[in-house]
Amino acid sequence: MESEAVAITVTVNGMSRSLQVQASHTLLKVLRDQLGLTGTKECCSMGECGACTVLVDGRAVNSCLMLAAEADGCEITTIEGLAMDGRLTALQESFLAEGAVQCGFCIPGMVMSAQYLLDHNPHPTEEEIKEGLAGNLCRCAGYTRIIEAVRAASSGAGASTGDAAPSKTGSAAPSKDAGK
Amino acid sequence: MTDWIGRSARRVGGKERVSGAQKYVGDFRMEGMLHAKMVTLNCGHARIVSVDTAGARAVPGVHCILTAQDLPQPVPRFGPTAQDRPVLAVGETKFFGEPVAAVAAETEDAAREAAARVRVEHEKLPGVYTVDQALDPSSPLVQDPSLRPKDPLSPTNILEEVSYGWGDVADAHADAVFENVYTFPMVTHFAIEPHAFIAAPEEGGVKVWSPIQHPFILQRTIAECLGLALAKVRIIAPDSGGAFGGKGYPKFEPLVAFLALATGRPVRLALTLEETFQAGRRMATRVRVRSGFQKDGRIVFQDIQADCLIGAYADIGLRVVEKASYTACGPYRVPNARIHSRALLSHTTPTTAFRGFGVPQMSWAVESQMDEAAIGLGVDRVAIRLANLASRGEEFIKGDIPCDGDWRESLQKAAAAVGWGTPLPKGRGRGIALGLKISATYAASYCIVRLHYDGSASLLTGTTDMGQGARTVFAQIVAQELGVPLEKVAVVMGDTAVVPYDTSTSASRSTVIMGSAVLRACGDVKEQVRKLAAELAGVPEAEVSFENGIVRTAKGQASLPALLKDYYGTTRGEVIGVGSFLKRKTPGHPLAGKTVFYELSCSAAEVAVDQETGLVTISRYVTVCDVGKALNPQHVEMQDSGAAVMGLGHSLMEHIVLDEDGRIVNLGALDYRIPTIKDIPAVMESFAVENGDGPGPYGAKGVGEGGLLAAAAAVGSAVREAIGTPIRDLPLTPERIWQAIQERGAG
Repeated sequence: MESEAVAITVTVNGMSRSLQVQASHTLLKVLRDQLGLTGTKECCSMGECGACTVLVDGRAVNSCLMLAAEADGCEITTIEGLAMDGRLTALQESFLAEGAVQCGFCIPGMVMSAQYLLDHNPHPTEEEIKEGLAGNLCRCAGYTRIIEAVRAASSGAGASTGDAAPSKTGSAAPSKDAGK
Repeated sequence: MTDWIGRSARRVGGKERVSGAQKYVGDFRMEGMLHAKMVTLNCGHARIVSVDTAGARAVPGVHCILTAQDLPQPVPRFGPTAQDRPVLAVGETKFFGEPVAAVAAETEDAAREAAARVRVEHEKLPGVYTVDQALDPSSPLVQDPSLRPKDPLSPTNILEEVSYGWGDVADAHADAVFENVYTFPMVTHFAIEPHAFIAAPEEGGVKVWSPIQHPFILQRTIAECLGLALAKVRIIAPDSGGAFGGKGYPKFEPLVAFLALATGRPVRLALTLEETFQAGRRMATRVRVRSGFQKDGRIVFQDIQADCLIGAYADIGLRVVEKASYTACGPYRVPNARIHSRALLSHTTPTTAFRGFGVPQMSWAVESQMDEAAIGLGVDRVAIRLANLASRGEEFIKGDIPCDGDWRESLQKAAAAVGWGTPLPKGRGRGIALGLKISATYAASYCIVRLHYDGSASLLTGTTDMGQGARTVFAQIVAQELGVPLEKVAVVMGDTAVVPYDTSTSASRSTVIMGSAVLRACGDVKEQVRKLAAELAGVPEAEVSFENGIVRTAKGQASLPALLKDYYGTTRGEVIGVGSFLKRKTPGHPLAGKTVFYELSCSAAEVAVDQETGLVTISRYVTVCDVGKALNPQHVEMQDSGAAVMGLGHSLMEHIVLDEDGRIVNLGALDYRIPTIKDIPAVMESFAVENGDGPGPYGAKGVGEGGLLAAAAAVGSAVREAIGTPIRDLPLTPERIWQAIQERGAG
């Protein structure tokens, strides 16, 4: 049960952390339980849902599939690392403006996958967005709006900070006072 | 003045959700907290011979192991309709995943280790896993007959039979009769947040954290199981990470509460996704429908027999069977109706509420019959629906409220949007279907609005927000009524020690029912504000107006904060408004009352079927919901199109597969597939019909379930047109479609 403890040093959201981790513990567990970074979510624990997505050395990783010990020396960005100064990123703003957030449980992973996509492909096509987010499940199924959010962020249109959101193109649900 | 109604205000709590700050139950940690793990058996039905906990107790860090013998005797049972589910299995396990024991330990690792070391000697027993097995008199009984001694059905696996109807089906003359059987499999909710619970002893009682939709039902359950007063049970229900009905009713909270009291420590039980699959599911059905029509396509009768496979315990399954059966004929004028349904117990995961509450199963059958008749009689599929659709004011379900919408508008809008009637190439097809659901039939919903000294406001409400957006919509109502800026409205939910009672967050009710209570609480605040202003100005109350946050008298006007400051001075104070919506149960009504409104939705699909592989691609998908008034159009669309995609899941890919021992074979995310972003239709459109004809605030009706009610029938209809032959079993997997194409032969 008690596996061997391993000493690791990781940089999490810009801060260097030296930790003793159990050899059997995943990066997800260490982030949530040892570092208190509960923004990263646990759902399937088998790399299928994407709720636990974080960036490890700039790559999107299912943190439930990576042992914490394997992260030794790595630079890790979690959802908490995106809006460090309390200001949301343009991508996060886009998710809100486009109405891509419902229950919100998949959203941290979804945002991290989208961040990785935009880091490597600043202007993705719809197909590329779908491909980039294919590993992130959303049961509220806000997929069409998530695509819009990523598209808006990629074109730089997502950073508006109004308290009302624009209505989605193609939707007939009228938005009477959107964004005014 | 900002008009907040009909405006797509951003989600309240949205910033927390995109930044990772939102705390779900599984994110809470507390001092001294122990971790729990349940002990289960690897089969659906087994007799427990003995439980040996010695090995488990030897694991370092273990504090407590509970078996049924360690609980009060007889072991407390619970359930929203029948108290049939024991806190831990008594004598036998009745479904795969039912806990025999539970361990609480210092760490999750220790709890898991100890749970694995609990030795349960057991004898595997034959089980009831299908409708046929449930109806076979030689099958074992799922429920101990002593639990319902006065019920003549107790020696069977039929938990309940219900019958509804009117007219005379037996003597009705039809030009054409169609009879078919439709099946709908078990599917699971698969909220991305698996269930998690925490319980802690608190001042002679217990405090329980749960992502429960209905905190007051959980409060009652815990109080009854533990023998506590309601006032000594405090439920904290943080916003859930998706629920869809699956978090409606208590599951393992009583068990965790017993662990907390036994250890004197906070105890946390976080289920895996696999365990969450085993906690609740949608009921499976086999529905036989005999439909009589006139030559012109008008319905003469519907004769519906539904066998509903619920699980090992009733949970809310009986209510699902009752409500879905009651509306089984759909939104149509049916002169003669006979509906007979049986709720069948089985050694499977208990059936619970699941978005649509049984309607998707019935709609799959009855809407497919509309197509059957249309094709058989040579009538267009839209035309046959138009010919039979109830008109506003028509009492189409005898004894319930009349049709409360212009439902043709929904059907016609969907038909137009999907390009109905325009030519399609071979291998493609279109389908259209309607879904009708009743909402709440009784309710007691209370809320409090506190207008603070600085002119901001707090709403205290027992509704929960599971992503549907209740927080946002209620905040909009308060902002609108009191003229308080939206960002100065706080919505407090999910704490039974703080918020007043609410029956439940279910049946798409909250905007209408709690929303009405919020409106009344705001009215109460306004009335009191007018009194204060009248007193200050020395004028009669009738001469005070309060509109858009400005209080006016003949002597002048003041903003709310200025008025409150003037009145209270440095004493300070606040204005407290109370609102309620009470609809008591109606004795003698089969559902304890008429519905508050109807939720009507139309789905239309255009599909292409690969004739070589049976793979369905949806090129266009349209949903139309009759919402009365969209208080937040963006939220309405999010809910509607989300429901639509969920409906495509059970139409095309989702089903729980059991082996001969009643184990779920496709347990978990790898083998149980739900729609991904790559599975959504190429074009998706969601339309809201707004005629201001709902009973809720500003003419609103409830939404959120409609989008999936008719999904299966619409997709099924389109697939049928694409392949030229019907399929009557869900899901419409490539394998099943390919097989249908082969059986159809070259044609």
